[in-house]
Amino acid sequence: MSELGDLYQELILDHNRSPRNRGKVEDPDGCAQGYNPLCGDQISVSLKMDGDRIESVKFEGSGCAISTASASLMTEALKGKTREEAAVLFEKFHKLLTEVGDPDELGPGMGKLKVFSGVCQYPARVKCATLAWHTVKAAIEDKDEPVSTE
Amino acid sequence: MTVNPSQTVNQSEAIPLDVNRIRADFPILSRTVNGKPLVYLDNAATTQKPTKVIDAVKNVYESMNANIHRGVHRLSVETTKAYENARLQAARLINAEKHTEIIFVRGATEGINLVAQTFGRKQVGEGDEIIVSNLEHHANIVPWQILCEQTGAQLKVVPVDDDGNVLVDEYRKLLSDKTRIVAMLQSSNALGTVVPVEEITRLAHEYGAKVLIDGSQSVQHNAVDVRAIDCDFFVFSGHKMYAPSGIGVLYGKESLLLDMPPYQGGGEMIKSVTFEQTIYNDLPHKFEAGTPNIEGAIGLGAAIEYLQGIGLSRIAAYEKELLEYATAQLSKIPEVRLIGTAREKVSVLSFVVEGIHPHDIGTILDQEGVAIRTGHHCAQPTMQRFGVPATARASMCFYNTKEEIDRLVEAVQTVIKVFA
Ligand SMILES: Cc1ncc(COP(=O)(O)O)c(C=O)c1O
Repeated sequence: MSELGDLYQELILDHNRSPRNRGKVEDPDGCAQGYNPLCGDQISVSLKMDGDRIESVKFEGSGCAISTASASLMTEALKGKTREEAAVLFEKFHKLLTEVGDPDELGPGMGKLKVFSGVCQYPARVKCATLAWHTVKAAIEDKDEPVSTE
Repeated sequence: MTVNPSQTVNQSEAIPLDVNRIRADFPILSRTVNGKPLVYLDNAATTQKPTKVIDAVKNVYESMNANIHRGVHRLSVETTKAYENARLQAARLINAEKHTEIIFVRGATEGINLVAQTFGRKQVGEGDEIIVSNLEHHANIVPWQILCEQTGAQLKVVPVDDDGNVLVDEYRKLLSDKTRIVAMLQSSNALGTVVPVEEITRLAHEYGAKVLIDGSQSVQHNAVDVRAIDCDFFVFSGHKMYAPSGIGVLYGKESLLLDMPPYQGGGEMIKSVTFEQTIYNDLPHKFEAGTPNIEGAIGLGAAIEYLQGIGLSRIAAYEKELLEYATAQLSKIPEVRLIGTAREKVSVLSFVVEGIHPHDIGTILDQEGVAIRTGHHCAQPTMQRFGVPATARASMCFYNTKEEIDRLVEAVQTVIKVFA
């Protein structure tokens, strides 16, 4: 079970059990749908901007524990970030999932997102963890077509 | 490479099979995953290969490899003979009347596409109808949708009940003089349901419709007789029946195959070519353009010999026992809900666990060395019918044991603990 612990950390299980920021923001500035055809995970993200800053992000949908917890933690991490900061954070997050290494080397600002460092051992699950991020990127750009991880 | 009938016909099918001896035939079954002995329960996706099949393929490369039907030299003659012998074995496996009714293809998918684009393009027109069931694999849906787009025909779907049984009464209502093709699987990869294909075929024939049966999940579990079913076409894939991937079979009734235009053009499928006129080859070569998967076909022949050596009725009896055991054990876990509880099933067990996504189940089971499939199983319309995005699926075969089922059950209990 020790290896398993690396993926299903308590923080992930907690955010899966009680996801934060579930729902839809009122009068959104951007919305997007995301879909992972491999597992049928579906997510919709809506966000409210304050100038260049993300005021709040909410998500709805159903998915596995990794995708739900990732969406939940993402909504917390993005609050108050500028578009630019959000893009940088996504890049770092993606590195964390795909390159085995010390999460601390990615520099400051990763915070709780480090809990996903175990995902890089499970290449089949990377898409679950990035679905919400791809979707929020589209929401920031307010794209109309649904995002797919395939 | 001639088949000795006494080797392929098992004299003592009444004696139950010795699973330990059988497991020794499959080298991969002795490996470990995450430090634990592998429990391979993803047989509906693809089966493992016995030494007999591995050796047959190896033997092609080591001692006879040549292109077929072309050379006058010894190697070509030997390889051609082995390849054509595999065709005889495939014909015998499904009791085709003639070996020329057996066409080697890449797999079930290619077989269905071939029928849709040759027979279908010729026989189906605007306003005609094609019937499939709600259980079909995407391979038996999309080729017909493409044909419908090309011809203006319509696809009709036979519903299933809450247990996953195909509703034959509803099927009767869909049949009409407009029906040209009925395409249905014999057993479902997603739920395990066995479909009464004899009855399906008989009813279709009353309306003059032709029937394609997808045997991808049946030939490895039960003895199949295409003449008893009386279907017009039958397809299956080698890799799901202990043979290599990239080889499969399309069976078609001779009269239909003769009348069908070729699928692909190229070498092997012609008798003579000039720039003015090309004369197509006889069956089955008319449908086998280009150099085929020679070693795959020979491996398929070896797999058929292996299966017949054990005896399909013994296999069916053993797998039935395994399915009953697994169903009973998994049902004891209150959080587990089985999807697919049809009257008659092959050894496929789809399930969901309350509040836990199948992908999380799959990952944790993998940690425990247990390989199952999670997802939609290329049968999204079936998942939609049961209101789930995906299921976890344990698919068993004759090299699995009750101890392995116990490992599955323990691992599912671990999943529930992790997410409690
Ligand atoms: C019922 C059924 N039909 C068709 C197929 C397609 O087989 P292949 O991918 O080997 O062509 C499968 C494979 O999963 C199947 O289970």
